[in-house]
Amino acid sequence: MKRFFARNAPAYVFLLPWLIGFFLLALGPILASLYLSFTRYDMVSAPRWIGWGNYEYMFTRDRRFWKALEVTFTYVALAVPARLIMALGVAMLLDKGLRTIGLYRAIFYLPSLLGASIAIAILWRQLFAADGVVNQVLAMVGIQGASWITDPDTSLYTLVVLAMWQFGSPMLIFLAGLRGIPRDLYEAAEIDGTPGWRQFTRITLPLLAPVIFFNLVLQTIDSFKTFSSAFIISNGTGAPADSLLFYTVYLFNEAFKFFRMGYASALAWFLLVIIATFTAIAFFTSKYWVHYENERD
Amino acid sequence: MAGLTLRNVGKRYGALSIIQGLNLDIHDGEFLVLVGPSGCGKSTLLRMIAGLEDISEGTISIGGKVVNDLPASKRELSMVFQSYALYPHMSVRKNLAFGLQNFKVSRTEVERRVAEAARILQIEQLMDRKPRQLSGGQKQRVAIGRSIVREPQLFLFDEPLSNLDAELRVQMRAELASLYARLGTTMIYVTHDQVEAMTMASRIVVLRGGKIEQLGTPQELYTRPQNLFVAGFIGSPKINMLQARATRDAGRTVVSVAGMPDFAIAELPTDDQALTLCVRPSSLRVGTGDVTGEGTIRLVEYLGSETLLHITLSSGQVLLASDNGRVPYRMGDPVTIGFDLSDLHYFDGAGKRIEPTQKESQVQ
Repeated sequence: MKRFFARNAPAYVFLLPWLIGFFLLALGPILASLYLSFTRYDMVSAPRWIGWGNYEYMFTRDRRFWKALEVTFTYVALAVPARLIMALGVAMLLDKGLRTIGLYRAIFYLPSLLGASIAIAILWRQLFAADGVVNQVLAMVGIQGASWITDPDTSLYTLVVLAMWQFGSPMLIFLAGLRGIPRDLYEAAEIDGTPGWRQFTRITLPLLAPVIFFNLVLQTIDSFKTFSSAFIISNGTGAPADSLLFYTVYLFNEAFKFFRMGYASALAWFLLVIIATFTAIAFFTSKYWVHYENERD
Repeated sequence: MAGLTLRNVGKRYGALSIIQGLNLDIHDGEFLVLVGPSGCGKSTLLRMIAGLEDISEGTISIGGKVVNDLPASKRELSMVFQSYALYPHMSVRKNLAFGLQNFKVSRTEVERRVAEAARILQIEQLMDRKPRQLSGGQKQRVAIGRSIVREPQLFLFDEPLSNLDAELRVQMRAELASLYARLGTTMIYVTHDQVEAMTMASRIVVLRGGKIEQLGTPQELYTRPQNLFVAGFIGSPKINMLQARATRDAGRTVVSVAGMPDFAIAELPTDDQALTLCVRPSSLRVGTGDVTGEGTIRLVEYLGSETLLHITLSSGQVLLASDNGRVPYRMGDPVTIGFDLSDLHYFDGAGKRIEPTQKESQVQ
């Protein structure tokens, strides 16, 4: 035991800030929220135990909960593939060996740095407003643009476009993955007359599978948690007509607008279950499509 | 099968010239080895033939047809890479079949060719394995198998054995040679290892700085190197080089080498006074020879079938001699070392081979 500490002490010293943060700031609230999810709690009076009441209400009577699920699932189903395809496409362009690749990499990564910020969400709202830049550009070519954000039919898609635009971080990971595929394989394929699309589907995609998998899991988790852009663009309400009622926006409103902290906690725990389920499905199916170079047999 | 013609072939990357004005005729069914030190342009040349690199100047023709603008896949050749370039996510069987599936080859024909290649290379029991489950030698066989199934007119090998350990390299060398004997297809083989070049080639091209230093059979390169570079590059252990002075004297040339007595030979066709004289370690003899000198043994390397002696002459020049390994030499022993005049190679001041105007036997 003594030897264990002697050997590992430096590691624990460096881990300490995280451990303190986790146990004091994260674990407590996590456990508290689990407890609160079984209570009615308005942050003024003491929590009152109601058993599965919140969950029962959620699944059987709360129509906005189902709406929030629908919005969020639609968003995840569109935004994750859109962002990944965009990221892979740009990564493949950059992988062609441009001289100024460093500059482009930085430029393309920029939206991801800014993307989660409030400022970009506000900017996005103005771009897609009825008299915004997008419509002005469309007007120049004679197209009458919709009022993208205030129309419930299009509002969600403006957020999908925003998500697509924030392809920087998966793009960098894809780029690193592409760089890891030996040139020789493509040259061998070239000599064997393999057409470009077949090189892509039979060499690039399978060899990139571990990276695709990593990005897929990360982006799925990320997209389920999308909050600030939806909150800002919908003015914090999920409007128009609840078309931007993201799960997290609904959760936030329940907690901090209506002070139904117990119910919000139950919503949060159910989101965790959803994310965990999707991650588990991804991991479970990965053995059928992800090939690892250094896998043990 | 096809022959190959290179006319004034050049390769430039911007201002940097890798290959200049190269002319080469590769005969149908020949095993041609491109050999040279790293950076000599041999791999680049092979890749230009393969169609993986553009040709900056000149023309390359395969079977009489100019292929400069033909994509790699249309050149009817296959290539074995140094890294093997096996698709890591595919089984051996799929690796072998992958290339064929791009050409309009029927499924039964693909199966037949894959089975045939597997049989020739004795990899039938490995067909369902992934590359990571194979040893280096097995990967090499699969890589060769992948090029065989194409039934190409031309095989290209880019240092295919350099990732193997010494023992396996010798074995694979023999297997490649027997594969060549069996298929009889034109093969172009790049290596930096002159032993590989000597053992396998019909002819060898020695390249340096993007230019051909010499083209010839292994015997020609070994017995009549055209310049100092080839003399030094071909042959292991390396040839001895001695600085010499030449003086003309009544139709003869008198050669002086420090640490050796002067000797006269038939006239050399050069006005240069400073020459380089080369003699192979196997041509140096202990205690005898037309010309002999005294030296001291500095190092003895016993290899079993032969012993390598590092001998320092009184002038300080170090000579390498190989002996039959039966006599026990010791470091520090004084030794008389000699050579026959017929075993000498002469190179002028520019490093170009020169030959006496007459054979020694004809000189009175």
